[in-house]
Amino acid sequence: MMTTRFLSNTVALLGRSMRHIARSPDTILTVAITPIALMLLFTYVFGGAIDTGTNRYVDYLLPGILLITIAMGISYTAVRLFADMEGGIFERFQSMPVARSSPLWAHVLTSVVSTGLSIAVILLVALLIGFRSGAGPLAWLAVTGILVLFTLALTWLAVIAGLSAKSVEGAGAFSYPLVFLPFISSAFVPTDTMPGPVRAFAEHQPVTSIVDTIRDLLAQQAVGNQVWVALGWCLAILVVGYALAMVTYRGRLA
Amino acid sequence: MTTTMTQRPEPAIRVRGLTRSYKDLHVLRGVDFEVPRGSVFALLGSNGAGKTTIVKILSTLLRADDGTASVNGFDLATQPDAVRESISLTGQFAAVDGILTGRENLTLVARLRGVANPGRVADDLLARFDLIEAGSRRAATYSGGMRRRLDIAMSLIGQPSVIFLDEPTTGLDPQARVEVWRVVRELADRGTTVLLTTQYLEEAEHLADRIAILHQGRIIANGTLAELRQRFPAATVEYVEKQPSLEEIFLAIVGNDTRRGVTP
Repeated sequence: MMTTRFLSNTVALLGRSMRHIARSPDTILTVAITPIALMLLFTYVFGGAIDTGTNRYVDYLLPGILLITIAMGISYTAVRLFADMEGGIFERFQSMPVARSSPLWAHVLTSVVSTGLSIAVILLVALLIGFRSGAGPLAWLAVTGILVLFTLALTWLAVIAGLSAKSVEGAGAFSYPLVFLPFISSAFVPTDTMPGPVRAFAEHQPVTSIVDTIRDLLAQQAVGNQVWVALGWCLAILVVGYALAMVTYRGRLA
Repeated sequence: MTTTMTQRPEPAIRVRGLTRSYKDLHVLRGVDFEVPRGSVFALLGSNGAGKTTIVKILSTLLRADDGTASVNGFDLATQPDAVRESISLTGQFAAVDGILTGRENLTLVARLRGVANPGRVADDLLARFDLIEAGSRRAATYSGGMRRRLDIAMSLIGQPSVIFLDEPTTGLDPQARVEVWRVVRELADRGTTVLLTTQYLEEAEHLADRIAILHQGRIIANGTLAELRQRFPAATVEYVEKQPSLEEIFLAIVGNDTRRGVTP
């Protein structure tokens, strides 16, 4: 009974926010533009001087670009959530017999879909500038799974930001540090030329393990233990983010 | 619920000793009132008197610090889900989704309320609220009056027995206000209980079966208009030439017959 209500409410609200996306497709492109610019910049300007030990720099670069895209995409979730809280429509849902967490889940699932669309745009551009992978369907499935998990994890952080922001700028700005995180990782350059403390940080923060796993999957190499570290980070962020988001949500309810 | 009052029908809304503070600000200092079923009840008060706080508590958006309240016989604290099944809220700012069309707003609420045949429900309401042509346009393009009408139409889906209207006519032009009044009267005629808040004395006078005046967190007067009149000194009879109010002049010039069924 409660679960059927939760499902039907979430589906109805998901339909609503998917309409929002369909009516402003520019958000998909806005999210993709900065990562595309970075991809071009690194491939054609810096890339030639970076020795990654691989043939094509764009192959090396792509996983990091994908994570940056996700970090940028989820900031729109915070903005959309904030707009709902401000506009009074959340109060309408809250005063209705609607499952309590459905409004949040609808935003979260929308985030996964819209970020996925931005990722598709990035992949297309990457193919145009020479990205190639011989990875099979299983490897691509694994890559998709990791990207979805990472998006879910970061989206719950975005939910916290959207629920607790005081202004729409604040809601959107929280993701800047997340966008910056890949720069201090193995996303653009191998970590072994970095000075000690920076290298230590880079090698032990979540992005490096995720980037390395995706890179190995796309290059058809064995992923090793890295994949468990990557999954561990994603799940840990997801669980903590979800729990904190729910606490924040309940605090906002009454 | 309580031990006394046998045979008396349960009122639609019963509020006892309600208090609520925001930090040091005591917004509600012990509010008591009852609203009989099928009546229109106006909470009259100036800005900051606590009207919105009462509406938010009764619509389960806010918890009271103390006191008890029930809506449609369900206790706010222990049966909030049953309360939500019984009510609809039209808040102070029209809570419509500007990116969706009017019709999509209505079908969304119908789906969320689990109403059968959401499309037909939406079309019926668009017709009833003179929004058929606007129905396929995004709500963001609507005028204030149209938004408000859509907002109220969304509140009627699922036929809740109690409807809260928080300052339903604030910011509306006179014509739109007259229309909202018509809708409220229609609701009451169909047996819906309406609790509305307003800062316009005239609105309370025009619409409400009973009027409660909220002042500094307490109800300082509560009764029908006639009862409230009796509490004040008898009117002295004076003969004055009645000048039309500016509103009457405005409506006469602009013509309030452009909308159907409006009686000034």
